[in-house]
Amino acid sequence: MGEKVIEFVDVVKRFEGRAVLDGLSFAVERGEVFTVLGPSGTGKSVTLKHIVGLEEPDSGEVRVADARVGYLFQSGALIAWKTVWENVALPLVETTRLPDAEIERRVASALEAVGLSDAADRYPAELSGGMQKRAGLARAIVRDAEIVLYDEPTSGLDPVTSAVIERLIVDLNRSRGVTSVVVTHDLAMAARTSSRIMLIKDGKSVACLPPDEFMRCGKREVAEFVGAAKGEET
Amino acid sequence: MTRFPKFITSIGYAGIVLVQSVGYFPSVFLRSDGRRDLFRQLYATGIRTLPVVTVVSIFMGMILALQVGLELARFNQENYLGAAVMLTLLREMAAFCCGICMAACVGSAIAAEIGTMKVNDEIDALRIMGIPPVRFLAAPRILALLLMSPVVAFYCCIMGTIGGGIVGATQLNVDFGQFMSSALWMAADKDLFVGIAKAAVFGVLVGDVSFCEGMGASLGATGVGKATQRAVIVSFLAILISGYMISRAFY
Repeated sequence: MGEKVIEFVDVVKRFEGRAVLDGLSFAVERGEVFTVLGPSGTGKSVTLKHIVGLEEPDSGEVRVADARVGYLFQSGALIAWKTVWENVALPLVETTRLPDAEIERRVASALEAVGLSDAADRYPAELSGGMQKRAGLARAIVRDAEIVLYDEPTSGLDPVTSAVIERLIVDLNRSRGVTSVVVTHDLAMAARTSSRIMLIKDGKSVACLPPDEFMRCGKREVAEFVGAAKGEET
Repeated sequence: MTRFPKFITSIGYAGIVLVQSVGYFPSVFLRSDGRRDLFRQLYATGIRTLPVVTVVSIFMGMILALQVGLELARFNQENYLGAAVMLTLLREMAAFCCGICMAACVGSAIAAEIGTMKVNDEIDALRIMGIPPVRFLAAPRILALLLMSPVVAFYCCIMGTIGGGIVGATQLNVDFGQFMSSALWMAADKDLFVGIAKAAVFGVLVGDVSFCEGMGASLGATGVGKATQRAVIVSFLAILISGYMISRAFY
């Protein structure tokens, strides 16, 4: 058992009386790619928001190790009036006192890691959806993030761009040892990239297994989700 | 039952945002990024509102001159037309006109921009990066409105007086030069300073209200539209109420 960097203990979160998370418990270990699967509206994104403190649980506990956390939003969430370079440099410029040369080095390195060095001077509106996500990812890792949270990283992207994002998640995990928590409903991507997959249904963890065991899992909810996902693929 | 506490909560939030923004004003000047944002906001607040402000203030001066001039003419007191127009503009109407234009042009844009950022997760992204949205977004906007509103109000006053002078010369047989000398004779320092202070207060209120309404946006494009609408309405109300209170305090 590796070191736990994120742990949810019996977390309950209600919105307008409806329990979005209903006793959710799981733990993420350092260095793994942990995927949270589930149909829309089952509390996947809310789970990520609890990790970064944007949401507080009504009851239960969320424990996160003292680590630098990056977050890739579904939309990229880039600042519209800043160029890609300025967006990536933003957390360094605003929250550190690093010299300009060091900021330039880190931004250049992050942009190179996501393959956007040539688009540094462009504004978000001039980028495709995939490029916006890659710029968002560069911003998430520019402070040498130890944990990166991905909210639907491949939704709305074509298969080629999805493959690029998928490769980036794996590369960052292998080359920088980044712990990744990926929220998605893309089972195929989860199976290829993850150390473990957790299925959420009705705010609870139904199964949390390595990909090969997850695909063979006999639980009804898992079999239904896997069957539905395979049906969509064909 | 729920409306009253929400109203109080909104005022409390606006107050906190305002105090925090004022605390961040020095950082806007000290950070190169902040200075760049401030200049962008000064341009949006001052230069881009000039066409609307020019038209509104000229016509306001013309209407004032026409209505007051017709009454003064009944008592053969047209000589005082310039003074009446200038006094009204300096004390009330220039700041009011500036505030309304700021709310309609700048406040609505701020609420729409912040609201769109909110629904697109950009505000959450700032928080996760450790950047306070009030420092990054509210402080430069409120500071720009604080600095630019008095300038725009003074410009309103000049344009309104010119508009009044044109109506006086063309329709009420008041010589333009006589109109201007009457206007300048009556203008007092106190009127100028109170008018300018009023404009500065209106600018700050518009920035604060618009930012807070933008931050309250939810549910996509519809939510942003509603936030923008609320920002303009609440700004108008804030301008009217605070305008009366300032006038009551000084006159």
